[in-house]
Amino acid sequence: MTDVAIRCEGLAKQYRIGERESYKALRDVITDAFASPFRRLRSALQHSSNGSAGSEKPNIWALKDISFEIKRGEVVGIVGRNGAGKSTLLKILSRITEPTHGHADIWGRVGSLLEVGTGFHPELTGRDNIFLNGAILGMRRVEIARKFDEIVAFAEVEKFIDTPVKHYSSGMYVRLAFAVAAYLEPEILLVDEVLAVGDAQFQKKCLGKMSDVSRYGRTVLLVSHNMTVVNQLCPRTVLFSNGNIELDGRTSDVIATYLKAVSDSAGEHVWDDPKRAPGNDNVRLRSIRILARGQTSAETYIDEEVSIEVEFWNFRHDIRNLGVAIYLLDSMGNTVLSTISTPAANSLPEEWFQKAHPVGLYRATCTFPANFLNDGIYSITAYVVTLGPLSIEMEAPQVLSFSVFDTGNMRESGGGERWHGGVRVRLPWHTEYMGSGDMAAIAHPQA
Amino acid sequence: MSDMTFTEATPSRAVSAPSVERSELPHTRIEPSKGWISLGLKDLWHYRELVFFLAWRDIKVRYKQTALGAAWAVIQPLFTMLAFTLFFGRLAKVPSDGIPYPLFSYTALLPWQLFASALTESSNSVVANERLITKVYFPRLVVPLASILSGLVDFVIAFTLVIGMMVWYGVRPTWAVLTLPFFVIFTMATALGVGLWLSALNVQYRDVRYTLTFIVQFWLIASPVAYSSTLVPARWRPFYGLNPMAGVIEGFRWALLGKTQAPGTMLWVSVVVVAVVLVGGLYYYRRMEKTFADVV
Repeated sequence: MTDVAIRCEGLAKQYRIGERESYKALRDVITDAFASPFRRLRSALQHSSNGSAGSEKPNIWALKDISFEIKRGEVVGIVGRNGAGKSTLLKILSRITEPTHGHADIWGRVGSLLEVGTGFHPELTGRDNIFLNGAILGMRRVEIARKFDEIVAFAEVEKFIDTPVKHYSSGMYVRLAFAVAAYLEPEILLVDEVLAVGDAQFQKKCLGKMSDVSRYGRTVLLVSHNMTVVNQLCPRTVLFSNGNIELDGRTSDVIATYLKAVSDSAGEHVWDDPKRAPGNDNVRLRSIRILARGQTSAETYIDEEVSIEVEFWNFRHDIRNLGVAIYLLDSMGNTVLSTISTPAANSLPEEWFQKAHPVGLYRATCTFPANFLNDGIYSITAYVVTLGPLSIEMEAPQVLSFSVFDTGNMRESGGGERWHGGVRVRLPWHTEYMGSGDMAAIAHPQA
Repeated sequence: MSDMTFTEATPSRAVSAPSVERSELPHTRIEPSKGWISLGLKDLWHYRELVFFLAWRDIKVRYKQTALGAAWAVIQPLFTMLAFTLFFGRLAKVPSDGIPYPLFSYTALLPWQLFASALTESSNSVVANERLITKVYFPRLVVPLASILSGLVDFVIAFTLVIGMMVWYGVRPTWAVLTLPFFVIFTMATALGVGLWLSALNVQYRDVRYTLTFIVQFWLIASPVAYSSTLVPARWRPFYGLNPMAGVIEGFRWALLGKTQAPGTMLWVSVVVVAVVLVGGLYYYRRMEKTFADVV
């Protein structure tokens, strides 16, 4: 056991609900003190009646007794839904916050990258920010100076290095910020979702840099929602769910489990308590459902129609221009397609869009035709938006998933290789005979 | 929605064992802290460059965003001095220990401005650096320490004026001027001591921000800036030293101008007060800092 980089034993973290981003005013503490005699009485009464802790502030466990071990040089992905405890774990391991109980042992220097460009100041030049950000990430001045040219070259901002970063395009800003972090050289690197920035070209570059990092024997813990990234970088992945480790193993197995678990296998997700449903004061999701063969199901075949039903509450009186959008993602987290109910993108006449919506429950249904989706596991992200100007009222990321199975109906022989692509559509092919032409010249070009 | 498209094939994953032996690797244990914790001075020393960088950032940004830039460092004490001279010196005829009143009050305004800005900056420092604290680890003491330093540049700029005034009034410094660095450090220690308490409290209770203006105003009146501590009857003067700025300001006048008496008992009372406040503040801050990232 001489090659362990990180070992956690019984790590747990408790947050008081509403603790984050809710500092107290002294006034509240004073009124609390006055109110507390009654509160204590009341909580005592409640305690005797139903055994609950009364009106004490409810606590939530962001992490519950996590134990695992990571060997030196391992690159481990961490996946899970929002609020599953992934980021809390990284915050504990990078010593930003303390665990409530349990402990972790770390051998080696830790560099953490929970955000790109932490500490960047818009008024300062690119040069200044490189030094500042480097120092914040724990680099020495001489170390930064030594790597300065490389960082600038990696970020591709040579010309603007003495310009305040407030004049940078967002792409340049992100490139510079990532570049500084990319040249950190700790033995252990904790990364949270930061690869989801910048343009595709730059992301590829970052990914290359990250795999370099792992090749040099560094230990990396990578939190990501992007299954492509996890799959490419991490041989091992840990799945978090409600503060627990649900699965820890080979990345391909874990991702498959995750995507299945992302949704209820029943093919529907209903929020009984509107307060907990995705949405805001304008719109709340009520349920989302997958229909195959006329019934709720998470399993369908490529030659069947699949419908997705989104039910939501509208709370605004006479609002117009409400639209429902659906993103379909493949098992790697790539968007296969996106679609919206607004008239211009709708093949049916959409009657509600322009009309004033009375307050109440709505159901929007979108149907994917048979012989359209390829086989595989798909997950759904649903939105309800108000258009012009666009504002997202409700976002339910990867809230449900379903499997599409092959029937072989598009293959000439039964089994076969994986059919590539996100869709598997019968398209009109037409083949023509063009005559024999210059066959001789093509067959014997030298002649 | 992040639509990422990676067309590249899986990169190779050749893992070569790092050459470092485990015994060389630093070992960190992360666990809930209990009771009184050490000040972590070793860790702080390791991050000394960050203190410098944050102070440098504050200074650079401050001067970049103002039209008059460094001139502000002089304008503030200069105009306060002019107002004091007019109202207290000329009209109220406040005695100034035989020193020309403008010089008398400006000498006091120097450490006072340093103190007031350091106190304000440090008390707001943790809240102002919220992003850093919730996203990166570093010894949290770095933040108030850096904010204390950024006022020093203003102090140095404002200090040049006092040299001019001394030449104008023909005041020659004595050997006591050698103690000046001590008084500068003492001023900052006072600001840090109080600032540590307030910055940690500020995370929990944002009332601190609003109280701060009042504290600074009140403290100015309670300190011998516009008047001399000799106004206080001699037997009460040691008690006056409970306000550390009284000791600092009188000490500053003595060190720079050499005309007044060296502050005796009063200064020692101040030193003890500051030592208690500072050490208490350091421990209180360290105790509270574990909740910063969760609450701020």
